[in-house]
Amino acid sequence: MAQGKDTKEKLPRQAMPEQDPNIRKRNFDEVPTGYTPELAKAEASRCLQCKKPSCVEGCPVSIDIPGFIKYIQEGDFTKAIRKIWEKNSLPAVCGRVCPQEDQCEGSCILAKKGQPVAIGNLERFAADYERNYGSGELPPKKASTGKKVAVVGSGPAGLTVAGDLILKGHEVTVFEAFHKGGGVLVYGIPQFRLPKEIVASELHFLERLGVDIQCNTVVGKTVDVDELFEQGFDAVFIGVGAGLPRFLNVPGENLINIYSANEYLTRANLMKAYLFPEYDTPLAKGKEVVVLGGGNVAMDSARTAMRMGADRVRIVYRRSRDELPARQAEVHHAEEEGIEFYLLTNPTRFIGDDQGWVKGMECIQMELGEPDESGRRRPEPVSGSEFELPCDMVVIAVGSGANPVLTGNTHDLELNKRGYIVADPKTGKTMKKGVWAGGDIVTGAATVILAAGAGRLASDSIHDYLSIGW
Amino acid sequence: MFEILKRTEMAQGSVVLNELSAPQIAAKALPGQFVILRANETGERIPLTMADTNPERGTVTIIYQVVGKSTALFADMKVGERFLDIIGPLGKPTKIENVGTVVCVGGGTGVAVMHPITKALKQAGNHVISIIGSRTKDLLILEDKMKAASHDLHVCTDDGSYGHHGFVTDKLKEMLDSMDVGLVVGIGPVPMMKFVCKMTEQYKVKTLVSLNSIMVDGTGMCGCCRVTVGDQTRFACVDGPEFDGHQVDFNELATRLQAYTQFEKQAMDKYKCECQR
Ligand SMILES: Cc1cc2nc3c(=O)[nH]c(=O)nc-3n(C[C@H](O)[C@H](O)[C@H](O)COP(=O)(O)OP(=O)(O)OC[C@H]3O[C@@H](n4cnc5c(N)ncnc54)[C@H](O)[C@@H]3O)c2cc1C
Ligand SMILES: Cc1cc2nc3c(=O)[nH]c(=O)nc-3n(C[C@H](O)[C@H](O)[C@H](O)COP(=O)(O)OP(=O)(O)OC[C@H]3O[C@@H](n4cnc5c(N)ncnc54)[C@H](O)[C@@H]3O)c2cc1C
Ligand code: FES
Repeated sequence: MAQGKDTKEKLPRQAMPEQDPNIRKRNFDEVPTGYTPELAKAEASRCLQCKKPSCVEGCPVSIDIPGFIKYIQEGDFTKAIRKIWEKNSLPAVCGRVCPQEDQCEGSCILAKKGQPVAIGNLERFAADYERNYGSGELPPKKASTGKKVAVVGSGPAGLTVAGDLILKGHEVTVFEAFHKGGGVLVYGIPQFRLPKEIVASELHFLERLGVDIQCNTVVGKTVDVDELFEQGFDAVFIGVGAGLPRFLNVPGENLINIYSANEYLTRANLMKAYLFPEYDTPLAKGKEVVVLGGGNVAMDSARTAMRMGADRVRIVYRRSRDELPARQAEVHHAEEEGIEFYLLTNPTRFIGDDQGWVKGMECIQMELGEPDESGRRRPEPVSGSEFELPCDMVVIAVGSGANPVLTGNTHDLELNKRGYIVADPKTGKTMKKGVWAGGDIVTGAATVILAAGAGRLASDSIHDYLSIGW
Repeated sequence: MFEILKRTEMAQGSVVLNELSAPQIAAKALPGQFVILRANETGERIPLTMADTNPERGTVTIIYQVVGKSTALFADMKVGERFLDIIGPLGKPTKIENVGTVVCVGGGTGVAVMHPITKALKQAGNHVISIIGSRTKDLLILEDKMKAASHDLHVCTDDGSYGHHGFVTDKLKEMLDSMDVGLVVGIGPVPMMKFVCKMTEQYKVKTLVSLNSIMVDGTGMCGCCRVTVGDQTRFACVDGPEFDGHQVDFNELATRLQAYTQFEKQAMDKYKCECQR
């Protein structure tokens, strides 16, 4: 293909092929099916290879984006993935779930004229190509330092720390409360958006490098942080995520078939309830489902409910469309699958039948006032606008808080008033000697890439500590 | 790890005891705490209280009633086989204090949950009176152990086939009428706990109950186990499983336990059918 500037501008952004919405809304297979090498090379050829690439500034972990894209242009996919790995050890995940439109792609020069380079799709392509056709060659490991690091939690923060430190020659053990590693990537984000084989393959990669992953261990219960030091660990990284479901505290919330998103998605994803009775964990199949909230978690819950066989799925959100916190792509996918949006609407109570099952919801119309602390315009109820919405299942996806199981059982950790761990934003160091923290348990519910970025900073700092001192 | 070292059938096979190898959990567990088990890759996560622990041997003992597919699957496992996953110890341990006289009321498999608590209460210097009950004589479990763990033991059966003919609450009333009771602990089926609490409320005697809500993670992450206690939503897995019985909304708990009845029947039918093949 000619490399002249004109052709580059004319070539439109290469769309990633997707399953037809009418088919995919009833199956759990991945929605976008991935670029072919030809599509990837065509898309990569749109990159202008800017001298001062603003996309890199938009990336929380500063991947050399023009660098890896250039390798894809040249068809050297192995070099492309190695370039990404320098900064990000979870590219197959991030390529799928990062909010690229606000990060790298949002800062792409081409975005100003119309369509940015599909950086996320290319990242995903490079990672998938390596997983499917790569040599499986392991990166080189430094000589053993004899130091031992405990990582608590196997979400993106913990996995990043584990991967970094094992390569630097330290011994790493990851402790995970669940029976499977991966954090929200396995129990929260659904199969149709992030296939579990991919997370499993990331974990397997770490195991091949020598990381010991101990599942079924609740730190704070099975073993305490102080006991980890007694057992000979030299440093501890805490990446336990947020993991406390928030409820609305409106009457009727404990009626049957009212789920927290955490429960709904954990049953569906981790426990594979969508395969019941092949798998033993059940999950209610609502006919008329209402999902409360407007973030990625709400979109995932709504789309899961549709796949479980619902006739009608509605998202009820108290602000307007412009304030929806979910990624645009997810909102778009949800709409294509027939999810309806009830905006500027808030529940005031849940209504049950005489057996205790939810059968409806009383809602009130909202209007937007001045912006609140979150910067979004504050929703206020319109008096007298109450109405009833019939439904037989509700999923509450209005955010999460800090789970206190570990923090409540660990001495000398400083917590902020919302229960999150206080850690130095540059190093991840906590007030407790030898203990670092990062990811959602420090920032509150955020994103995969921010958790991975926090893990990267912490692992550098832990490495310094193990080599030089606190 | 997680190997079944011992398997005993109780109550005519409807209740099974397993001693399992789980050294890390055995080292930490206290009375009142529970574990979550999963038999195999397709299995459910099932919460069960530890009826006993042996830190030296590194074992925990569970005693469970066979009610549905998962417990039937557990019961079919033989000595030498392994559970795929066991996590714990979960939940808050029982607050063991010396209050003078304690009455421990256990019904059905609740007696298994009660046993370690009874032992601990006696060790703490309380005068312990236990009342255990079952529908009929053959379903009674742990009579000898409860006798050893208490100063005084009363047995009740609904059909009068053994001990007192009637409910545990009848005996409890006798105790409350005849002596100064500092604490009642009631563990068993939801209706039993509800009636125990109704009775002790009249006597204004503090009452602890252990709630068997449906659970998934057992670490306060999913909110499945939520119960209303004193008009507040609490999570049985991390805030409990024991609560002040006078504050618990038992009707809500009973309702929420019905959530999966239909699915459970489907799972059980399928399992029975596969076993016959
Ligand atoms: C449904 C859903 C959809 C999302 N979609 C997106 C998206 O599209 N894009 C995006 O960027 N982000 C998304 N997010 C957010 C993103 O997943 C999180 O920000 C990220 O996973 C946080 O990573 P973490 O490593 O801090 O913690 P987590 O991923 O929460 O992992 C923490 C791990 O620690 C374990 N743990 C907790 N307590 C203990 C303990 N005491 N002992 C041992 N282990 C423990 C947990 O079981 C868990 O495995 C989504 C989140 C959810 C819930
Ligand atoms: C903290 C705790 C400790 C427990 N300790 C014991 C014990 O020591 N011995 C014992 O026999 N039982 C105990 N239980 C109850 C036990 O977990 C259930 O009997 C078991 O989960 C039923 O599973 P199943 O698949 O065999 O039956 P299912 O077919 O699933 O259900 C049969 C009935 O059991 C109830 N049930 C279903 N799933 C659960 C669940 N996850 N948790 C609670 N109840 C459920 C429902 O009311 C249902 O109608 C405990 C429960 C909790 C929460
Ligand atoms: S079982 Fe999930 S919060 Fe209690």
